[in-house]
Amino acid sequence: MTRARYLGWLVAAIITLILVCGVAVTIGPAAVSLAQVAGSIGAHLGLPVEPVPLLIDSIVWQLRLPRVLTAALVGAGLALSGAVMQSVTRNPLADPYLLGLSSGASVGAVCVVILGVGFALPAAAFAGALLALIATLSIARVGGTITPVRAVLAGLAIAQLAGALTSFIIFWAAKGDSYREILNWLLGSVAGATWESVAIAATAVAVVGTGILLSATRLDAFAFGDTSAASLGINVNRTRWALLGSVALLTGAMVAVSGSIGFVGLILPHLVRGISGPGHRRLLPLVAVCGGLFLVIADTLARTVFDPRELPVGIITAFIGVPVFILLIKRKKSHLWA
Amino acid sequence: MGVDLDQLSYSIDATRILRNVSASLPTGSVTGLLGPNGAGKSTLLRIIAGIDKADAGTASLDGVSVGSLNRRDAARRIALLEQNAAPSVELTVLEVVLLGRIPHRTRLMGSFGGEEDRAVAFDALEAVGAGALFDRSWQTLSGGQQQRVQIARAMAQQPSLLLLDEPTNHLDVSAQLSLLAQVRELGVTAIMALHDLNLAAAYCDQIVLLDGGRLVAFGTPAEVLTPEIIGAVYGVDCFILEHPRGGHPVIVYSAAS
Repeated sequence: MTRARYLGWLVAAIITLILVCGVAVTIGPAAVSLAQVAGSIGAHLGLPVEPVPLLIDSIVWQLRLPRVLTAALVGAGLALSGAVMQSVTRNPLADPYLLGLSSGASVGAVCVVILGVGFALPAAAFAGALLALIATLSIARVGGTITPVRAVLAGLAIAQLAGALTSFIIFWAAKGDSYREILNWLLGSVAGATWESVAIAATAVAVVGTGILLSATRLDAFAFGDTSAASLGINVNRTRWALLGSVALLTGAMVAVSGSIGFVGLILPHLVRGISGPGHRRLLPLVAVCGGLFLVIADTLARTVFDPRELPVGIITAFIGVPVFILLIKRKKSHLWA
Repeated sequence: MGVDLDQLSYSIDATRILRNVSASLPTGSVTGLLGPNGAGKSTLLRIIAGIDKADAGTASLDGVSVGSLNRRDAARRIALLEQNAAPSVELTVLEVVLLGRIPHRTRLMGSFGGEEDRAVAFDALEAVGAGALFDRSWQTLSGGQQQRVQIARAMAQQPSLLLLDEPTNHLDVSAQLSLLAQVRELGVTAIMALHDLNLAAAYCDQIVLLDGGRLVAFGTPAEVLTPEIIGAVYGVDCFILEHPRGGHPVIVYSAAS
Protein backbone atom coordinates (compact mmCIF):
# COMPACT_ATOMS: atom_id res chain seq x y z
CA MET A 1 0.00 0.00 0.00
CA THR A 2 1.27 3.45 -0.81
CA ARG A 3 2.00 5.97 1.90
CA ALA A 4 -0.85 8.22 0.74
CA ARG A 5 -3.35 5.39 0.90
CA TYR A 6 -2.21 4.40 4.36
CA LEU A 7 -2.53 7.98 5.58
CA GLY A 8 -6.01 8.06 4.02
CA TRP A 9 -6.98 5.04 6.09
CA LEU A 10 -5.51 6.54 9.25
CA VAL A 11 -7.24 9.89 8.82
CA ALA A 12 -10.54 8.19 7.96
CA ALA A 13 -10.23 6.02 11.08
CA ILE A 14 -9.51 9.05 13.29
CA ILE A 15 -12.48 11.00 11.88
CA THR A 16 -14.71 7.95 12.32
CA LEU A 17 -13.52 7.58 15.91
CA ILE A 18 -14.35 11.22 16.70
CA LEU A 19 -17.78 10.97 15.07
CA VAL A 20 -18.57 7.64 16.75
CA CYS A 21 -17.54 9.09 20.14
CA GLY A 22 -19.83 12.06 19.54
CA VAL A 23 -22.75 9.86 18.52
CA ALA A 24 -22.11 7.48 21.42
CA VAL A 25 -22.52 10.39 23.86
CA THR A 26 -25.94 11.16 22.37
CA ILE A 27 -27.14 7.60 22.95
CA GLY A 28 -28.74 6.75 26.28
CA PRO A 29 -31.94 7.03 28.33
CA ALA A 30 -32.01 10.84 28.10
CA ALA A 31 -32.14 12.24 24.57
CA VAL A 32 -29.16 14.45 23.75
CA SER A 33 -28.46 15.89 20.31
CA LEU A 34 -25.08 15.99 18.63
CA ALA A 35 -25.28 19.82 18.73
CA GLN A 36 -25.80 19.71 22.50
CA VAL A 37 -22.78 17.40 22.86
CA ALA A 38 -20.68 19.86 20.89
CA GLY A 39 -22.14 22.75 22.89
CA SER A 40 -21.38 21.16 26.24
CA ILE A 41 -17.82 20.30 25.27
CA GLY A 42 -17.33 23.76 23.79
CA ALA A 43 -18.58 25.47 26.94
CA HIS A 44 -16.23 23.44 29.15
CA LEU A 45 -13.33 24.22 26.87
CA GLY A 46 -14.19 27.92 27.29
CA LEU A 47 -15.30 28.43 23.69
CA PRO A 48 -17.94 31.12 23.02
CA VAL A 49 -20.90 28.77 22.41
CA GLU A 50 -24.54 28.97 23.32
CA PRO A 51 -25.03 27.41 26.78
CA VAL A 52 -26.66 23.97 27.00
CA PRO A 53 -29.39 23.18 29.61
CA LEU A 54 -27.73 22.29 32.92
CA LEU A 55 -29.19 18.77 33.08
CA ILE A 56 -28.05 17.95 29.55
CA ASP A 57 -24.67 19.44 30.29
CA SER A 58 -24.12 17.30 33.36
CA ILE A 59 -25.29 14.15 31.51
CA VAL A 60 -22.81 14.88 28.73
CA TRP A 61 -19.89 16.19 30.75
CA GLN A 62 -20.17 14.21 33.99
CA LEU A 63 -21.57 10.88 32.82
CA ARG A 64 -21.30 9.96 29.20
CA LEU A 65 -18.25 11.78 27.90
CA PRO A 66 -15.79 10.41 30.49
CA ARG A 67 -17.16 6.95 29.84
CA VAL A 68 -16.87 7.18 26.05
CA LEU A 69 -13.38 8.69 26.21
CA THR A 70 -12.25 6.05 28.71
CA ALA A 71 -13.57 3.33 26.39
CA ALA A 72 -11.70 4.87 23.44
CA LEU A 73 -8.44 5.16 25.38
CA VAL A 74 -8.68 1.68 26.93
CA GLY A 75 -9.41 0.19 23.51
CA ALA A 76 -6.36 1.95 22.10
CA GLY A 77 -4.13 0.86 24.98
CA LEU A 78 -5.22 -2.78 24.86
CA ALA A 79 -4.85 -2.97 21.07
CA LEU A 80 -1.33 -1.52 21.29
CA SER A 81 -0.47 -3.98 24.07
CA GLY A 82 -1.64 -6.90 21.97
CA ALA A 83 0.32 -5.77 18.91
CA VAL A 84 3.55 -5.43 20.91
CA MET A 85 3.10 -8.76 22.69
CA GLN A 86 2.38 -10.58 19.43
CA SER A 87 5.62 -9.24 18.00
CA VAL A 88 8.10 -9.74 20.83
CA THR A 89 6.76 -13.14 21.87
CA ARG A 90 6.25 -14.18 18.21
CA ASN A 91 2.90 -15.50 19.29
CA PRO A 92 -0.22 -14.67 17.24
CA LEU A 93 -2.32 -15.58 20.28
CA ALA A 94 -0.55 -13.15 22.62
CA ASP A 95 -2.84 -10.66 24.29
CA PRO A 96 -2.79 -9.09 27.76
CA TYR A 97 -5.98 -10.94 28.63
CA LEU A 98 -5.04 -14.42 27.36
CA LEU A 99 -1.57 -14.32 28.94
CA GLY A 100 -2.96 -13.33 32.34
CA LEU A 101 -1.65 -9.73 32.56
CA SER A 102 -5.12 -8.21 32.82
CA SER A 103 -6.16 -10.61 35.59
CA GLY A 104 -2.93 -9.94 37.44
CA ALA A 105 -3.52 -6.21 37.14
CA SER A 106 -7.03 -6.70 38.53
CA VAL A 107 -5.60 -8.28 41.69
CA GLY A 108 -3.34 -5.26 42.14
CA ALA A 109 -6.24 -2.88 41.49
CA VAL A 110 -8.69 -4.49 43.92
CA CYS A 111 -6.02 -4.48 46.63
CA VAL A 112 -6.11 -0.70 46.38
CA VAL A 113 -9.80 -0.13 45.61
CA ILE A 114 -11.32 -2.73 47.95
CA LEU A 115 -8.72 -3.28 50.65
CA GLY A 116 -7.55 0.32 50.66
CA VAL A 117 -3.88 -0.64 50.44
CA GLY A 118 -2.05 2.67 50.45
CA PHE A 119 -0.65 2.56 46.94
CA ALA A 120 -1.44 4.45 43.76
CA LEU A 121 -4.08 2.53 41.79
CA PRO A 122 -2.24 2.39 38.44
CA ALA A 123 1.03 1.48 40.16
CA ALA A 124 -0.62 -1.45 41.97
CA ALA A 125 -2.26 -2.63 38.74
CA PHE A 126 1.11 -2.35 36.97
CA ALA A 127 2.77 -4.45 39.66
CA GLY A 128 0.03 -7.07 39.32
CA ALA A 129 0.36 -7.15 35.52
CA LEU A 130 4.15 -7.41 35.69
CA LEU A 131 4.03 -10.27 38.23
CA ALA A 132 1.47 -12.12 36.12
CA LEU A 133 3.58 -11.63 32.99
CA ILE A 134 6.73 -12.95 34.66
CA ALA A 135 4.79 -15.89 36.12
CA THR A 136 3.20 -16.80 32.77
CA LEU A 137 6.45 -16.64 30.83
CA SER A 138 8.36 -18.57 33.51
CA ILE A 139 5.77 -21.35 33.52
CA ALA A 140 5.64 -21.44 29.71
CA ARG A 141 9.42 -21.55 29.39
CA VAL A 142 10.59 -25.13 29.03
CA GLY A 143 14.13 -25.86 27.87
CA GLY A 144 14.77 -22.22 27.04
CA THR A 145 11.90 -21.85 24.60
CA ILE A 146 8.33 -20.62 24.91
CA THR A 147 5.86 -22.04 22.42
CA PRO A 148 2.71 -20.02 21.73
CA VAL A 149 0.46 -22.82 22.91
CA ARG A 150 2.34 -23.24 26.21
CA ALA A 151 2.18 -19.49 26.73
CA VAL A 152 -1.60 -19.49 26.33
CA LEU A 153 -1.97 -22.47 28.69
CA ALA A 154 0.26 -20.84 31.30
CA GLY A 155 -1.69 -17.60 30.84
CA LEU A 156 -4.91 -19.52 31.45
CA ALA A 157 -3.57 -20.89 34.73
CA ILE A 158 -2.39 -17.48 35.91
CA ALA A 159 -5.65 -15.82 34.83
CA GLN A 160 -7.65 -18.41 36.78
CA LEU A 161 -5.54 -17.93 39.87
CA ALA A 162 -5.64 -14.15 39.62
CA GLY A 163 -9.40 -14.19 38.97
CA ALA A 164 -9.91 -16.33 42.07
CA LEU A 165 -7.74 -13.95 44.10
CA THR A 166 -9.72 -10.96 42.85
CA SER A 167 -13.03 -12.60 43.76
CA PHE A 168 -11.65 -13.70 47.13
CA ILE A 169 -10.50 -10.21 48.02
CA ILE A 170 -13.88 -8.73 47.10
CA PHE A 171 -15.81 -11.35 49.10
CA TRP A 172 -13.42 -10.93 52.02
CA ALA A 173 -14.12 -7.23 52.17
CA ALA A 174 -17.87 -7.97 51.67
CA LYS A 175 -19.18 -4.47 51.43
CA GLY A 176 -21.99 -3.43 49.16
CA ASP A 177 -22.77 -5.44 46.06
CA SER A 178 -19.90 -7.96 45.90
CA TYR A 179 -21.21 -9.87 42.91
CA ARG A 180 -21.57 -6.83 40.72
CA GLU A 181 -18.14 -5.60 41.80
CA ILE A 182 -16.54 -8.97 40.98
CA LEU A 183 -18.20 -9.10 37.58
CA ASN A 184 -16.98 -5.62 36.72
CA TRP A 185 -13.37 -6.49 37.52
CA LEU A 186 -13.38 -9.94 35.92
CA LEU A 187 -15.36 -9.09 32.79
CA GLY A 188 -14.29 -5.48 32.47
CA SER A 189 -16.52 -2.44 32.46
CA VAL A 190 -16.17 1.28 31.93
CA ALA A 191 -19.52 2.02 33.63
CA GLY A 192 -17.91 3.84 36.54
CA ALA A 193 -15.57 5.94 34.41
CA THR A 194 -14.81 9.45 35.66
CA TRP A 195 -12.53 12.23 34.44
CA GLU A 196 -9.89 10.69 36.69
CA SER A 197 -10.19 7.47 34.64
CA VAL A 198 -9.75 9.50 31.49
CA ALA A 199 -6.64 11.16 32.92
CA ILE A 200 -5.04 7.85 33.95
CA ALA A 201 -5.80 6.14 30.63
CA ALA A 202 -4.79 9.15 28.54
CA THR A 203 -1.46 9.56 30.33
CA ALA A 204 -0.63 5.89 29.94
CA VAL A 205 -1.61 5.74 26.27
CA ALA A 206 0.25 8.95 25.45
CA VAL A 207 3.46 8.17 27.34
CA VAL A 208 3.77 4.41 26.82
CA GLY A 209 2.22 4.62 23.35
CA THR A 210 4.88 7.11 22.25
CA GLY A 211 7.64 4.85 23.56
CA ILE A 212 6.17 1.88 21.73
CA LEU A 213 5.78 3.85 18.51
CA LEU A 214 9.43 4.89 18.68
CA SER A 215 10.31 1.18 18.93
CA ALA A 216 8.41 0.28 15.75
CA THR A 217 11.52 -0.71 13.81
CA ARG A 218 12.72 -2.89 16.65
CA LEU A 219 9.35 -4.62 16.73
CA ASP A 220 9.68 -5.38 13.01
CA ALA A 221 13.05 -7.02 13.61
CA PHE A 222 11.47 -9.82 15.68
CA ALA A 223 9.60 -11.22 12.65
CA PHE A 224 12.05 -14.07 12.09
CA GLY A 225 12.84 -14.74 15.72
CA ASP A 226 15.48 -13.87 18.28
CA THR A 227 18.63 -14.85 16.40
CA SER A 228 17.42 -12.98 13.37
CA ALA A 229 16.61 -9.91 15.46
CA ALA A 230 20.05 -10.06 17.06
CA SER A 231 21.63 -10.38 13.63
CA LEU A 232 19.72 -7.23 12.60
CA GLY A 233 21.40 -5.31 15.39
CA ILE A 234 18.73 -5.60 18.10
CA ASN A 235 19.74 -6.15 21.70
CA VAL A 236 17.15 -8.89 22.02
CA ASN A 237 16.79 -9.42 25.76
CA ARG A 238 16.95 -5.75 26.71
CA THR A 239 14.48 -4.78 23.98
CA ARG A 240 12.06 -7.58 24.76
CA TRP A 241 11.91 -6.86 28.49
CA ALA A 242 11.67 -3.11 27.99
CA LEU A 243 8.74 -3.60 25.62
CA LEU A 244 7.02 -6.23 27.75
CA GLY A 245 7.48 -3.96 30.76
CA SER A 246 5.83 -1.15 28.80
CA VAL A 247 2.96 -3.45 27.97
CA ALA A 248 2.55 -4.35 31.64
CA LEU A 249 2.50 -0.64 32.48
CA LEU A 250 -0.05 0.12 29.78
CA THR A 251 -2.23 -2.87 30.62
CA GLY A 252 -2.02 -2.02 34.32
CA ALA A 253 -3.31 1.49 33.68
CA MET A 254 -6.10 0.19 31.44
CA VAL A 255 -7.21 -2.41 33.99
CA ALA A 256 -7.06 0.15 36.80
CA VAL A 257 -9.84 2.12 35.09
CA SER A 258 -11.83 -0.68 33.42
CA GLY A 259 -11.11 -4.13 34.86
CA SER A 260 -9.91 -6.88 32.55
CA ILE A 261 -11.55 -6.47 29.17
CA GLY A 262 -10.69 -9.39 26.94
CA PHE A 263 -9.91 -9.96 23.27
CA VAL A 264 -9.36 -6.35 22.16
CA GLY A 265 -5.59 -6.89 22.19
CA LEU A 266 -5.95 -10.24 20.47
CA ILE A 267 -8.19 -9.49 17.52
CA LEU A 268 -7.48 -5.87 16.60
CA PRO A 269 -3.84 -6.39 15.52
CA HIS A 270 -4.88 -9.29 13.27
CA LEU A 271 -7.68 -7.28 11.65
CA VAL A 272 -5.60 -4.13 11.21
CA ARG A 273 -2.55 -5.96 9.78
CA GLY A 274 -4.81 -6.85 6.85
CA ILE A 275 -4.99 -3.13 6.03
CA SER A 276 -1.69 -1.69 7.26
CA GLY A 277 0.56 -4.64 6.50
CA PRO A 278 2.90 -6.12 9.14
CA GLY A 279 5.25 -3.12 9.50
CA HIS A 280 4.79 -1.66 12.98
CA ARG A 281 5.24 1.98 11.95
CA ARG A 282 1.96 1.64 10.12
CA LEU A 283 0.31 -1.01 12.27
CA LEU A 284 0.64 0.73 15.65
CA PRO A 285 -1.10 4.09 14.99
CA LEU A 286 -3.95 2.45 13.08
CA VAL A 287 -4.40 -0.36 15.60
CA ALA A 288 -4.64 2.20 18.42
CA VAL A 289 -7.34 4.21 16.65
CA CYS A 290 -9.27 1.10 15.59
CA GLY A 291 -8.98 -0.37 19.10
CA GLY A 292 -10.55 2.79 20.47
CA LEU A 293 -13.28 2.68 17.85
CA PHE A 294 -14.00 -0.97 18.60
CA LEU A 295 -14.32 -0.49 22.34
CA VAL A 296 -16.50 2.64 22.07
CA ILE A 297 -18.91 0.72 19.84
CA ALA A 298 -18.78 -2.36 22.09
CA ASP A 299 -19.47 -0.25 25.20
CA THR A 300 -22.33 1.59 23.52
CA LEU A 301 -23.85 -1.79 22.66
CA ALA A 302 -23.22 -2.98 26.23
CA ARG A 303 -25.27 -0.16 27.72
CA THR A 304 -28.07 -0.02 25.13
CA VAL A 305 -28.87 -3.45 23.68
CA PHE A 306 -30.57 -4.74 26.82
CA ASP A 307 -31.69 -1.33 28.01
CA PRO A 308 -32.40 -0.69 30.89
CA ARG A 309 -30.07 -3.53 31.83
CA GLU A 310 -26.42 -2.77 31.35
CA LEU A 311 -23.80 -5.40 30.51
CA PRO A 312 -20.11 -5.24 31.39
CA VAL A 313 -18.42 -4.40 28.07
CA GLY A 314 -16.19 -7.48 28.42
CA ILE A 315 -19.22 -9.65 27.60
CA ILE A 316 -19.60 -7.91 24.24
CA THR A 317 -15.88 -8.09 23.43
CA ALA A 318 -15.93 -11.81 24.29
CA PHE A 319 -18.93 -12.43 22.03
CA ILE A 320 -17.01 -10.81 19.18
CA GLY A 321 -13.53 -11.97 20.18
CA VAL A 322 -14.03 -15.67 20.84
CA PRO A 323 -15.17 -16.50 17.27
CA VAL A 324 -12.10 -14.66 15.96
CA PHE A 325 -9.92 -16.57 18.45
CA ILE A 326 -11.38 -19.86 17.16
CA LEU A 327 -10.78 -18.75 13.58
CA LEU A 328 -7.12 -18.06 14.42
CA ILE A 329 -6.76 -21.54 15.91
CA LYS A 330 -8.44 -23.24 12.98
CA ARG A 331 -6.91 -21.42 10.07
CA LYS A 332 -4.49 -23.20 7.80
CA LYS A 333 -1.55 -20.93 8.56
CA SER A 334 -1.62 -22.07 12.16
CA HIS A 335 1.58 -23.98 11.28
CA LEU A 336 3.19 -20.61 11.85
CA TRP A 337 2.82 -20.95 15.57
CA ALA A 338 2.09 -24.59 16.43
CA MET B 1 42.60 -8.84 7.07
CA GLY B 2 39.42 -10.85 6.64
CA VAL B 3 38.27 -12.98 9.53
CA ASP B 4 40.64 -13.96 12.33
CA LEU B 5 39.63 -16.45 14.97
CA ASP B 6 42.07 -16.46 17.84
CA GLN B 7 41.83 -19.15 20.52
CA LEU B 8 38.03 -19.01 20.81
CA SER B 9 36.52 -20.90 23.73
CA TYR B 10 32.90 -21.05 24.86
CA SER B 11 31.01 -22.99 27.52
CA ILE B 12 27.39 -23.33 28.53
CA ASP B 13 27.28 -24.12 32.25
CA ALA B 14 30.03 -26.71 32.66
CA THR B 15 29.87 -27.99 29.07
CA ARG B 16 32.69 -26.84 26.81
CA ILE B 17 31.16 -26.08 23.42
CA LEU B 18 34.29 -24.65 21.77
CA ARG B 19 37.93 -25.08 22.78
CA ASN B 20 40.72 -22.86 21.48
CA VAL B 21 39.50 -22.56 17.91
CA SER B 22 41.85 -20.51 15.72
CA ALA B 23 41.75 -19.89 12.00
CA SER B 24 42.42 -17.08 9.55
CA LEU B 25 40.07 -16.59 6.58
CA PRO B 26 41.00 -14.17 3.78
CA THR B 27 38.64 -11.43 2.55
CA GLY B 28 36.35 -12.58 -0.24
CA SER B 29 36.84 -16.28 0.45
CA VAL B 30 34.10 -18.84 1.03
CA THR B 31 34.69 -21.09 4.02
CA GLY B 32 32.89 -24.33 4.77
CA LEU B 33 32.33 -25.05 8.45
CA LEU B 34 32.07 -28.80 8.83
CA GLY B 35 31.69 -31.23 11.70
CA PRO B 36 29.30 -33.80 13.13
CA ASN B 37 26.12 -32.72 14.93
CA GLY B 38 27.02 -30.96 18.14
CA ALA B 39 30.54 -30.10 16.97
CA GLY B 40 29.91 -26.41 17.78
CA LYS B 41 29.27 -25.06 14.26
CA SER B 42 26.20 -22.94 15.08
CA THR B 43 27.81 -21.64 18.26
CA LEU B 44 30.94 -20.62 16.37
CA LEU B 45 28.80 -18.74 13.83
CA ARG B 46 26.92 -16.94 16.62
CA ILE B 47 30.22 -15.91 18.23
CA ILE B 48 31.63 -14.65 14.94
CA ALA B 49 28.38 -12.69 14.46
CA GLY B 50 28.87 -11.15 17.90
CA ILE B 51 25.55 -12.52 19.19
CA ASP B 52 27.19 -14.78 21.78
CA LYS B 53 30.34 -13.67 23.58
CA ALA B 54 33.28 -16.06 23.71
CA ASP B 55 34.57 -16.93 27.20
CA ALA B 56 38.10 -16.56 25.94
CA GLY B 57 39.76 -15.57 22.69
CA THR B 58 38.61 -13.11 20.07
CA ALA B 59 36.94 -13.18 16.68
CA SER B 60 37.89 -10.19 14.57
CA LEU B 61 36.77 -8.89 11.22
CA ASP B 62 39.19 -6.71 9.26
CA GLY B 63 41.20 -6.16 12.42
CA VAL B 64 38.24 -5.13 14.61
CA SER B 65 37.25 -7.41 17.47
CA VAL B 66 33.60 -8.38 16.95
CA GLY B 67 33.02 -8.63 20.69
CA SER B 68 33.91 -4.95 21.10
CA LEU B 69 31.19 -3.79 18.67
CA ASN B 70 27.69 -2.98 19.88
CA ARG B 71 24.90 -5.04 18.33
CA ARG B 72 23.99 -2.42 15.78
CA ASP B 73 27.54 -1.84 14.54
CA ALA B 74 28.05 -5.59 14.35
CA ALA B 75 24.85 -5.91 12.29
CA ARG B 76 26.11 -3.38 9.78
CA ARG B 77 29.16 -5.55 9.11
CA ILE B 78 28.01 -9.12 9.68
CA ALA B 79 24.80 -10.85 8.59
CA LEU B 80 23.83 -14.23 10.03
CA LEU B 81 21.20 -16.50 8.54
CA GLU B 82 20.02 -19.06 11.06
CA GLN B 83 18.62 -22.47 10.16
CA ASN B 84 14.98 -22.82 9.13
CA ALA B 85 13.88 -19.33 10.10
CA ALA B 86 10.21 -18.62 9.50
CA PRO B 87 8.28 -15.41 10.17
CA SER B 88 5.50 -15.21 12.75
CA VAL B 89 3.41 -12.89 10.59
CA GLU B 90 2.57 -12.86 6.91
CA LEU B 91 5.21 -10.93 5.00
CA THR B 92 5.86 -10.25 1.35
CA VAL B 93 9.28 -10.97 -0.12
CA LEU B 94 10.10 -7.27 -0.30
CA GLU B 95 9.11 -6.78 3.35
CA VAL B 96 11.42 -9.64 4.34
CA VAL B 97 14.36 -8.15 2.43
CA LEU B 98 13.67 -4.67 3.86
CA LEU B 99 14.19 -6.12 7.34
CA GLY B 100 17.85 -6.23 6.36
CA ARG B 101 17.88 -2.44 6.29
CA ILE B 102 17.03 -2.17 9.99
CA PRO B 103 20.63 -1.79 11.21
CA HIS B 104 21.12 1.09 8.77
CA ARG B 105 18.07 3.07 9.87
CA THR B 106 18.11 5.90 12.33
CA ARG B 107 17.62 4.54 15.81
CA LEU B 108 14.18 5.81 16.66
CA MET B 109 11.94 6.58 13.73
CA GLY B 110 13.92 5.14 10.81
CA SER B 111 11.65 5.32 7.81
CA PHE B 112 10.27 1.97 6.76
CA GLY B 113 10.93 1.27 3.11
CA GLY B 114 12.21 4.68 2.04
CA GLU B 115 13.38 4.96 -1.55
CA GLU B 116 17.03 4.26 -0.78
CA ASP B 117 16.17 1.20 1.29
CA ARG B 118 13.92 -0.09 -1.46
CA ALA B 119 16.67 0.33 -4.05
CA VAL B 120 19.12 -1.64 -1.89
CA ALA B 121 16.47 -4.31 -1.30
CA PHE B 122 15.72 -4.69 -5.02
CA ASP B 123 19.45 -4.88 -5.81
CA ALA B 124 19.83 -7.62 -3.21
CA LEU B 125 16.91 -9.55 -4.68
CA GLU B 126 18.37 -9.23 -8.18
CA ALA B 127 21.74 -10.41 -6.89
CA VAL B 128 20.23 -13.71 -5.76
CA GLY B 129 18.11 -14.03 -8.92
CA ALA B 130 14.83 -13.47 -7.07
CA GLY B 131 13.90 -10.02 -8.38
CA ALA B 132 10.63 -11.26 -9.86
CA LEU B 133 9.43 -12.58 -6.51
CA PHE B 134 9.30 -9.21 -4.75
CA ASP B 135 5.53 -9.01 -4.26
CA ARG B 136 4.97 -12.70 -3.49
CA SER B 137 3.92 -13.78 -0.02
CA TRP B 138 6.81 -15.47 1.82
CA GLN B 139 4.62 -18.45 2.75
CA THR B 140 3.96 -19.31 -0.90
CA LEU B 141 7.65 -19.68 -1.84
CA SER B 142 9.48 -22.97 -2.29
CA GLY B 143 12.23 -23.86 0.18
CA GLY B 144 14.92 -22.83 -2.29
CA GLN B 145 13.22 -19.51 -3.01
CA GLN B 146 12.85 -18.81 0.72
CA GLN B 147 16.58 -19.37 1.24
CA ARG B 148 17.40 -17.06 -1.66
CA VAL B 149 15.19 -14.37 -0.21
CA GLN B 150 16.83 -14.87 3.19
CA ILE B 151 20.21 -14.39 1.57
CA ALA B 152 18.88 -11.27 -0.12
CA ARG B 153 17.77 -10.02 3.31
CA ALA B 154 21.27 -10.65 4.63
CA MET B 155 22.82 -8.89 1.59
CA ALA B 156 20.51 -5.90 2.16
CA GLN B 157 22.44 -5.45 5.41
CA GLN B 158 25.40 -4.73 3.10
CA PRO B 159 27.65 -6.87 5.27
CA SER B 160 31.34 -7.47 4.77
CA LEU B 161 30.84 -10.95 6.21
CA LEU B 162 27.98 -13.34 5.50
CA LEU B 163 27.36 -16.25 7.89
CA LEU B 164 25.05 -19.07 6.84
CA ASP B 165 23.91 -21.88 9.12
CA GLU B 166 23.12 -24.93 6.98
CA PRO B 167 21.64 -22.94 4.10
CA THR B 168 21.02 -26.05 2.00
CA ASN B 169 18.91 -27.82 4.65
CA HIS B 170 15.71 -29.30 3.20
CA LEU B 171 16.54 -28.16 -0.35
CA ASP B 172 16.47 -30.43 -3.38
CA VAL B 173 19.72 -31.11 -5.24
CA SER B 174 19.28 -28.46 -7.90
CA ALA B 175 18.34 -25.81 -5.33
CA GLN B 176 21.37 -26.76 -3.21
CA LEU B 177 23.77 -26.37 -6.14
CA SER B 178 22.33 -23.12 -7.43
CA LEU B 179 22.17 -21.62 -3.94
CA LEU B 180 25.83 -22.29 -3.22
CA ALA B 181 26.86 -21.09 -6.67
CA GLN B 182 24.92 -17.92 -5.89
CA VAL B 183 26.76 -17.42 -2.60
CA ARG B 184 30.09 -17.66 -4.46
CA GLU B 185 28.92 -15.14 -7.05
CA LEU B 186 28.06 -12.56 -4.38
CA GLY B 187 31.78 -12.07 -3.86
CA VAL B 188 31.33 -11.37 -0.15
CA THR B 189 33.41 -13.15 2.51
CA ALA B 190 31.21 -16.06 3.58
CA ILE B 191 31.33 -18.76 6.22
CA MET B 192 28.73 -21.48 6.00
CA ALA B 193 28.01 -24.46 8.19
CA LEU B 194 27.35 -27.45 5.95
CA HIS B 195 26.61 -31.12 6.46
CA ASP B 196 27.32 -32.30 2.93
CA LEU B 197 31.08 -32.81 2.52
CA ASN B 198 30.80 -32.92 -1.27
CA LEU B 199 29.03 -29.57 -1.43
CA ALA B 200 31.72 -28.11 0.80
CA ALA B 201 34.44 -29.59 -1.41
CA ALA B 202 32.85 -28.15 -4.54
CA TYR B 203 31.99 -24.64 -3.36
CA CYS B 204 34.42 -23.67 -0.59
CA ASP B 205 37.90 -22.20 -0.79
CA GLN B 206 38.80 -23.58 2.60
CA ILE B 207 37.35 -25.87 5.21
CA VAL B 208 37.20 -25.50 8.98
CA LEU B 209 36.50 -28.92 10.47
CA LEU B 210 35.27 -29.07 14.06
CA ASP B 211 34.76 -32.08 16.28
CA GLY B 212 33.65 -31.86 19.90
CA GLY B 213 34.36 -28.13 19.92
CA ARG B 214 37.97 -28.50 18.79
CA LEU B 215 39.44 -27.49 15.47
CA VAL B 216 40.48 -30.77 13.87
CA ALA B 217 41.65 -29.56 10.50
CA PHE B 218 41.86 -26.32 8.57
CA GLY B 219 42.92 -25.90 4.96
CA THR B 220 41.80 -26.36 1.38
CA PRO B 221 39.18 -29.02 0.69
CA ALA B 222 41.90 -31.32 -0.70
CA GLU B 223 43.97 -30.91 2.47
CA VAL B 224 41.12 -31.42 4.94
CA LEU B 225 38.89 -33.94 3.21
CA THR B 226 41.11 -37.01 3.34
CA PRO B 227 39.99 -40.56 4.17
CA GLU B 228 42.04 -40.44 7.39
CA ILE B 229 40.54 -37.22 8.72
CA ILE B 230 36.98 -38.04 7.64
CA GLY B 231 37.33 -41.51 9.15
CA ALA B 232 38.60 -40.10 12.45
CA VAL B 233 35.89 -37.41 12.76
CA TYR B 234 32.81 -39.05 11.29
CA GLY B 235 33.71 -42.72 11.81
CA VAL B 236 32.99 -43.63 8.19
CA ASP B 237 35.08 -45.31 5.53
CA CYS B 238 35.50 -43.39 2.30
CA PHE B 239 37.49 -42.93 -0.91
CA ILE B 240 38.48 -39.63 -2.39
CA LEU B 241 38.18 -39.19 -6.16
CA GLU B 242 38.98 -36.19 -8.27
CA HIS B 243 36.04 -34.40 -9.85
CA PRO B 244 36.30 -34.84 -13.65
CA ARG B 245 35.49 -31.16 -14.25
CA GLY B 246 36.39 -29.08 -11.21
CA GLY B 247 39.33 -31.13 -10.03
CA HIS B 248 38.09 -30.78 -6.44
CA PRO B 249 37.81 -33.82 -4.19
CA VAL B 250 34.72 -36.03 -4.40
CA ILE B 251 34.01 -38.15 -1.35
CA VAL B 252 32.61 -41.61 -1.98
CA TYR B 253 31.47 -43.42 1.15
CA SER B 254 31.79 -47.13 1.64
CA ALA B 255 28.58 -48.75 2.85
CA ALA B 256 28.65 -49.32 6.59
CA SER B 257 29.47 -52.95 7.29
